[in-house]
Amino acid sequence: MEEKYIIQLKDISKKFDDDVILDNISLNIKDGEFITFLGPSGCGKTTTLRIIAGFLEADSGQVLFEGKDINSLPPHKRQVNTIFQRYQLFPHLNVYENIAFGLRNKKVNGKKLKEKEISKKVKEMLALVNLNGFERRDTALLSGGQQQRVAIARALAVEPRVLLLDEPLAALDLKLRKDMQVELKNIQKRLGITFIFVTHDQQEALSMSDTVVVMNEGKIQQIGSPIDIYNEPKNAFVADFIGESNILDGIMLDDFKAKFSGAVFQCLDKGFKAKESVDIVIRPEDVDVVPVEEGMISGVITSNTFKGVHFEMIVDIQNFKWMIETTDYYPVGTKIGIKIDPDSIHVMKKSKYSGLYGDYSSFSDELEHLSDIEVEEE
Amino acid sequence: MKKISKQFVASPYLVWAIVFIVVPLFFVLYYSVTDANGNFTFEHILDIVKYKDIMLNSIWLGFIATVISLVISYPLAYIMARSSANVQRTMMILVMLPMWMNLLIRTYSLMILLQDTGIINSVLSFLKLPNVHMINTQGAVVLGMVYNYIPYMLLPLYSIMAKIDHGLIEAAEDLGANKLKVISKVIFPLSLPGIASGFTMVFVPSVSTFYISKKLGGNAFSLIGDVIEMQFKASNNYNLGSALSLVLMFMIIICMAVMNRFTGDDDDGGVLI
Repeated sequence: MEEKYIIQLKDISKKFDDDVILDNISLNIKDGEFITFLGPSGCGKTTTLRIIAGFLEADSGQVLFEGKDINSLPPHKRQVNTIFQRYQLFPHLNVYENIAFGLRNKKVNGKKLKEKEISKKVKEMLALVNLNGFERRDTALLSGGQQQRVAIARALAVEPRVLLLDEPLAALDLKLRKDMQVELKNIQKRLGITFIFVTHDQQEALSMSDTVVVMNEGKIQQIGSPIDIYNEPKNAFVADFIGESNILDGIMLDDFKAKFSGAVFQCLDKGFKAKESVDIVIRPEDVDVVPVEEGMISGVITSNTFKGVHFEMIVDIQNFKWMIETTDYYPVGTKIGIKIDPDSIHVMKKSKYSGLYGDYSSFSDELEHLSDIEVEEE
Repeated sequence: MKKISKQFVASPYLVWAIVFIVVPLFFVLYYSVTDANGNFTFEHILDIVKYKDIMLNSIWLGFIATVISLVISYPLAYIMARSSANVQRTMMILVMLPMWMNLLIRTYSLMILLQDTGIINSVLSFLKLPNVHMINTQGAVVLGMVYNYIPYMLLPLYSIMAKIDHGLIEAAEDLGANKLKVISKVIFPLSLPGIASGFTMVFVPSVSTFYISKKLGGNAFSLIGDVIEMQFKASNNYNLGSALSLVLMFMIIICMAVMNRFTGDDDDGGVLI
């Protein structure tokens, strides 16, 4: 079974001084998949990537490459290459020489590559990243997006089995970032190699990945497809970090029967103990607004913000502030009823994150914006 | 308004430069092309032919001293730049410490070490080993140059190496470069501007020194600096002294130009000439 994994992490732990950065991480990465490490600053995602690249050694645990232990293999002998957050193009070399750098270190059957082969490969790589004719350019004079492309071409020129990407799009503006997301995904599909992508941007993670690994405080919180992670978050942290969530205290009365906000709801979850305390997640877009008399519960709108496609309302329901998205406009102060379909109610076991997230009483657009632009420094 | 105040702030240096650099240079030029009576002549500049051997020997010894300084400083600068902040600070103090002493005192202390009856030979005698004649040799002069001027090589090398982004080294390793290749293909080319400024800062004072050669080389190995000093002090021949200074200046500029060509076109690395 183990052969189909290209990289396996087994019980990896890492401390810096006395700070635990990684706490017993285990992970299997399939050959050819686009996997993303997602989490806030300091969650350990970059450290994990650097351990795979070989720049850091884990305090304990094993890194396997196709089943073989590569713990003590230096970076220059690993079949993985990295796209660095700040690109790290060599300033004394032009675009051609930057891309040729890895090729000149490479030996095929014990022989160095001929200049003709190098030149052909560089051309091919420039075509791949849409930079035809840029060979003689000085890297310092390229735009951020172009530098990014050179960095991608340079890493892919040596034909790595795995490409590691450390927040590669963080320095680009929004429009360029969206374009590069599509382009990176296309390159990955075309080459069929494994991409390990690190980001703190959940949108980026959801739209690009085959598999998302949500990390926090040095631990893996959840591994799954983007849809699973969004629809079936494992705990309050994941629910809050991925998209917007209302997270409520609830009790499972019985299989398929949850009680929260003073009412009993039908749901699709089962297998809990009788009367077990749980966290209930309800996405803002899954709530139907109806007249008060038709609602299962009701509340008063305390704020309403126009977001273009929809309105984002904060609704006070029994002193818990919900975020609800609707396409219809309701003025602030309106009393509304609420209906929730059974498949929109996600029940999670209680975790250490219970009660920390998912209430919008202190929500403000400004703060949300600030936390979105936070940039990773590890 | 802003522009004017900027110029104002720079004016003390401007005055300094005019009084202590431009005006003296003008005098050097004037004395070089006149005789004792103030008549125009090229005689003194042509006299350089007589001092050709001393001039070339000075340049050669200065060159050797510079190369030795570079060979010693380069790995040291690399190690310093990669050390922890505390180690860097300690090493920096150790490097700077001798510079707190006067050049004359440093040179005298070398003399005491190297003399035929000096400390080194006394120790050798005590150990029943044959004595070595060191003072008044070219080697002693070169040692004096290296000892006195090596901080000027180390500091620019250190500052440029500390600036090299560690990420670039990781990128090179990531792309298959082993330690040797990281040094030859990334660190060395990126440190060339530091080599160029260090080279200038050691080569120029070494070539034109007169004190070190007098104390450690005796009268046997006069350098061009000694000859120039003699013209101004003993011979009172300002014209010949100025002419020799002028020629030496041009020789140094030519050497630096060759050096800069060799290290590439770097206008951002603090190269002095």
